This record gives sequence, structure tokens and C-alpha cells, in this order.
Amino acid sequence: MTQSQASGGIRIRGSFSHGEQPLFDELDLSLEGGQWTCLLGPSGVGKSTILRLIAGLDTGGVFDGSISSDNGVALPGRFAYMAQSDLLLPWLDVRGNVMLGTSLRGQDQALDRADQLIERVELSRHAGKRPHELSGGMRQRAALARTLMEDRPLLLLDEPFSALDARTRSEMQELAFEMLAGCTVLLVTHDPAEAARVGHQVYLLTEAGLECAPTGEQIPLREFDDPETLRIQSQLFARLRQR
Amino acid sequence: MRRLRDLVLIVIVVTAVWELLVRLSGVPPFILPGPFRVAGATINHAGLIGEHALVTLAEVLAGLVLGAILGAGTSLYLMVSPTARRLLLPLMVFSQTVPVFALAPLLTLWLGYGIGSKIAMTLLIIYFPVASTFYDGLRNTPDGFLDLAATMNATPLRTLFQIRVPAALPALASGLKLAAVYAPIGAVIGEWVGASRGLGYLMLLANGRVKIDLMFAALFVLAALTILLHTAVSRGGHRLTRWSTGS
Repeated sequence: MTQSQASGGIRIRGSFSHGEQPLFDELDLSLEGGQWTCLLGPSGVGKSTILRLIAGLDTGGVFDGSISSDNGVALPGRFAYMAQSDLLLPWLDVRGNVMLGTSLRGQDQALDRADQLIERVELSRHAGKRPHELSGGMRQRAALARTLMEDRPLLLLDEPFSALDARTRSEMQELAFEMLAGCTVLLVTHDPAEAARVGHQVYLLTEAGLECAPTGEQIPLREFDDPETLRIQSQLFARLRQR
Repeated sequence: MRRLRDLVLIVIVVTAVWELLVRLSGVPPFILPGPFRVAGATINHAGLIGEHALVTLAEVLAGLVLGAILGAGTSLYLMVSPTARRLLLPLMVFSQTVPVFALAPLLTLWLGYGIGSKIAMTLLIIYFPVASTFYDGLRNTPDGFLDLAATMNATPLRTLFQIRVPAALPALASGLKLAAVYAPIGAVIGEWVGASRGLGYLMLLANGRVKIDLMFAALFVLAALTILLHTAVSRGGHRLTRWSTGS
């Protein structure tokens, strides 16, 4: 990936509240450059809010703090975003969706690059199809190709595989991990198994605050049936249950 | 096929009931002509009815196209201009408290007895449904699409035309379907107030000369035109937004 050289870490520090209601306080989260950081936790604790703050998207609340990159480069324009819903535009075919970013910025269409990426996610035969003609897994692969088309060093993934069946989810984790090698990735998830597989670092966010969880010596991508993966997974699950 | 069969069945039943009612009640034909008498008048006066129908059709189509352009244009303007939203939106809602029918004499006074006042009447009657539905569609773009566009550094104008407008096309299609039904009403009211051509004028003329069968014939041709227009607009809208139903 060309992003790897430009990938730097991100640090977010501060507090966030919805009106009078604080969501998290004195948060300090660092994303290591070129690695996958998983933010694991139950629903409603603010995982997606953190991701949206980094992305500069509307959160409907007040953030008091700072978001900075360790190489000093400004964040806007350096990240790509992938949500739980594939967000494929239903009126465009797969190729049109993959090239959406270039089209929205008024850049050259870069058809060759789009087709290369579509081929890498094994959707060449479906490039002319619209989203409703694709399966859930194919739709997320198209969304992944669209994300890669952005060619950004920082990736913000908001539970992108949570709606998929177990087998497709596992395949998507492997595909995404391979294709996003070298990028700085923040993966928001509520699945300990997913965090145990792909996370270089895993942070637990609960009502009690943010906590870094140990991930052992083995570097990801960890096999789903590896004893080490299963150990990390059960530890993460136990910690989630403790809260 | 089933729909066609149902339609034929309905026509047969309505015709039979109508004919039976006329025969049993003994109502004279100048009050309520039977369906066969109306069919006869339609055939006998086909040339005359066709001539006036073409005028009404021209008024309806012109009003529909202009009203759709003006309605859609207003919606886009409201999206890009906060000032327009603040000033124009309340005015648009207020304008709906004035019965459009009441404006017909004024339009005839200002624009004359020709086709212009009928087009204006048609335009006025469909403007609000088109503007209102399209504006609602533009405002209700799924947040996820807008978030995605924001992370892709899209300009507001490109977001409007590449995300919001396509996402709002099903809403616009609904508005246009309503407009296709309202548009002939606007044209005919305009013709009733003052005209020398058109189906509305022919209906008044036939009524004045107690040719009620001709009046009914003109009415049925008007209804047929409306159904055809609605079907054409529905099909066009469906083709344009086929993706929204996943068909």
C-alpha cells in the first residue's frame, strides 16, 4: 500500500457530553501508526462517537479536548470511513460506487484503478451490478474496494462486518487485514472474537472508562482457532462481563 | 393480465348499472344519458372532441413541465439558501391557504382567454405538490450517505447533485404522479372561467345547449387523458427510480 509510508499515529484526548449528560471523561486513546487498534465495548458507551470525532462528523454533543497526529500532519483528508451499513448508493453500480470519492471531488475517474480494486475484492463479474443485486458479503467487499480507492493512510471502521454471517465476517476480516496492511486502522467493534483476531492493540471502552487489554506476543492476523486467539477472546469477554 | 381482466369487469358492471338506472328511473337523456348514448355521442363527435382534447392536452403538458421545473428548482434553491428557507418556505405554505381555483378569474384577466392563463392555472395547482415532495426528499437523505460524502471531502454542491438529488428522486416521482392527476383539473378550471377552446369549454358549451351526452363524452375523454398521463408519469418515474424498489 502506498499509504504505509504516510501512516502515522493518532491521539485523542478529552471529554464528551450530550448536553448535561457526560458520555466519557478524560479519555486518552492512541492509535499506533500502521497498526490495527480495536475499540471494543457494549452498545451506547461512545465507541462510534470517538470514531466520528476523529472523522470530523457530527456527533450531536460537545467534545472538549484534542485530536492530533504524531507526524503533525493535519487529519482532514487523510482518512477513509467504512460504516456498519455498506452505504453503497443504490442508484450506482459497483464500479460507480467504488469511484464515488473521485466523482464527488471532481477528480479524474481513474477507471483502471477502480477495476483493479474490484478485481482484488473478486467482484469483477459484478462490476456492472447495482447493490440490490449483490449478497451482503459482496456488498461489503464493494464497500471495502470503495474505501481502498480513497487511498488514505488512516482507516476508520465502524463495525463494518457486524451484520455479516460468521463465515463471511471471517473472510472479510482476512481480506480487509490483507488489503489495509500498513494503514493506521481504528476498528470499532462489540465482538471480542473480532478484536482478538485483528487487533494489534485492543481497548475496552465501558461505562467505567477506557482500558488497554493485553493481546499477547502473537501479531495479527491471528487464526480464529489458534489457542492464543481463543485465550485473548475469552479474556476480553470476561472483562466485558465484569463491568 | 389480471389487472386488465379486473378493469374490463369493472367497466362492464358500471355500464350495466348505469344503463339499468337510466331505464328503470325513466330520467330523460338531457338530465342523465345512458352509457350507450354517451358512447354514440363520442363516436359522432370524435373530430370535435379530439380537437378540443388536443388543446387541453397541450395546456396540461405545458403546465406540468413548467410546474415540475419550477417546483423542483424551488426545492433545490431552498436546499442551498438558508435565507430562502427562512423567507420563502413560510410564504409557500401561506400560499396554499389561498384556493387556487379562486385565482382563475384573475389569471384570465391578466393573461387573457388564450392558452397562457390555463397553463398558469395548471402550473399553480401542481407547483406545491412537486416542490413539497421533492424538498422533503432532499432533506431526508440518509445520514450515512451524507457522512460518507463528508469523509470523501465532497463539496456541498456535489453532495446535493450526486447524493441528495438521486436519493430524492422517488419522492419527486411521487410528487409528479400527484401532479399528473391535478394538472387536468387546473386546465379545465381555467377553461371554465374563460376560453374558446378545450374540453372544459366544450363541456360548458354542450351543457348550455342541453347536449348532455356530448358533455359526458368530453368528461370521459378528459378522464381517459388523466389516466393516460398518470400512467405515463408513473412508468417514467418507475424507470428512473427502479433501484429504489430493487426490481
